[in-house]
Amino acid sequence: MTAVLRVIEPGLLTTVQDLGRPNAISSGVQAGGAMDRFAHRAANLLVGNDPGEATLECTLRGPQLVAERSCLVAITGADLDPRVNGASVPAWSTIRLGAGERLTFAGRRAGARVYIAVAGGVEGQRWLGSRSTNLMAGRGGHQGRALRPGDVLATAGEPKTQNVDRQLAETLRPAYTDRTLYAIAGPHIKRLNAEGRGLLFEAVYTLSPNSDRMGYRLDGPQLVTAGDELLSFGLVAGAVQVPHGGQPILLMADHQTAGGYPVVATVVSASMPIAAQLLPGDEVRFAELTIERALQMRTRQAQALATLITPA
Amino acid sequence: MPAPRSTPRLRIQPLGDAALLAELGTRLDTALNTRAIALATALKKRRDVRQTVAGYASVTVHFDPDQATHDSLAAAIKRLAAKRPPMGEPGRLHRIPVTYDGPDIDEVAARLQLSRERIVEIHTRPIYRVFLVGFVPGWAYLGPLAEELELPRREVPRTQVPAGSVAIAGRQSGIYPLSTPGGWHLIGRTSVRLFLPDSDPPCLFRAGDRVKFFSTQA
Repeated sequence: MTAVLRVIEPGLLTTVQDLGRPNAISSGVQAGGAMDRFAHRAANLLVGNDPGEATLECTLRGPQLVAERSCLVAITGADLDPRVNGASVPAWSTIRLGAGERLTFAGRRAGARVYIAVAGGVEGQRWLGSRSTNLMAGRGGHQGRALRPGDVLATAGEPKTQNVDRQLAETLRPAYTDRTLYAIAGPHIKRLNAEGRGLLFEAVYTLSPNSDRMGYRLDGPQLVTAGDELLSFGLVAGAVQVPHGGQPILLMADHQTAGGYPVVATVVSASMPIAAQLLPGDEVRFAELTIERALQMRTRQAQALATLITPA
Repeated sequence: MPAPRSTPRLRIQPLGDAALLAELGTRLDTALNTRAIALATALKKRRDVRQTVAGYASVTVHFDPDQATHDSLAAAIKRLAAKRPPMGEPGRLHRIPVTYDGPDIDEVAARLQLSRERIVEIHTRPIYRVFLVGFVPGWAYLGPLAEELELPRREVPRTQVPAGSVAIAGRQSGIYPLSTPGGWHLIGRTSVRLFLPDSDPPCLFRAGDRVKFFSTQA
């Protein structure tokens, strides 16, 4: 396919991501994929792509990219103050980049991860059914690694359309500033005593510096779990596990596929985009939610994304 | 018609809004693991199920909330779990050469008051079962390990364990497929590669396979 974007400066950590490789988890390979699936999907839909095309996930400091040819792009997720040739451009909107124009980010204003979609999708190595970059295995995405200066990105296919001009209404974007993570009680919540259960859903936790795409270690009141060691079982993103030390860990996109620590809660899928935009030092709290309410939140997000699909 | 087998220990709990955990029991047990693998395989065939992972004695089920609810899937799991598991063929047998010169073998020998030779003898004696593939790419939990070799994990885990290290902890054995942190006792090393990133599936062992170690020095 044809070259579309050249990397002048990659930013702190920019990788190719899609919706991950769920079929690989029975081999112990992390499902991976975009941390903020809402922003990832929205970025794709804003340029006329299927929601599962690959985008660029850029952490904390955005990249500097130059358009090799005229193309449609969209920027979603964190607010890193996006610019085209130095002039501010709107996020959550379709943007046309002319050949030679430069996309940069002036600095972080909110959030952690920005998503950049390009019409036609970002090309990347397909590994076990996904273009997502797996840094541990060095496979998938752009040569199995984070982007470097001088890399040239191609589109995966022909753009579906040259004529889209879309914007996601502000009211339909995730409320990233509300750092409440809604969670359903986990399979091992009874291993917490009454005090522990109260703490889990009331206390404020702070993301420790030891937090990455695999998971977030949370500083705050220790949670004491009782009972025998558990036999290892399959884990999911969003699970809040409590290891022996009592410091909870929230599992994120690149989490280990199996483990044996008690899972006391699971953050619902509609709250994971909020979690994806957190940084070490950010404070969060968990709020207990019923499955019914979780499904309503999920439906509302799907409806928000559906506003970006033009009827055929 | 025979009465369905009772499954009094079956516990089905939500893991968020798009997954659930079905626990069949709490013991490290080949029969339970066989049932977990059979249940995972049966559930995977359903259209409303996206993926299943068999644990030691559990199944994690990822499902599509647009097609199924926790209640509808829990009912299906109860039905399937009550069925007699298929006899199934014995898993593939892998013979793994090991050089028993790991950095912890002398300490293990001292703590267990066994000679190095005796440790090798005991470790190479059984045919181990692959209970679970997971944790990191290609890692397999093998067991049961002979009681004579049972030790708790190391107090202080190593920050880096070389790939190919053969290790023991509790009633389990394993081989580190990648260079990762690890808290198990390293008794040997093998040249066999467990993580095969360019194959599909990308690992040598599958849940239910059998593994026999042999000493390269013998």
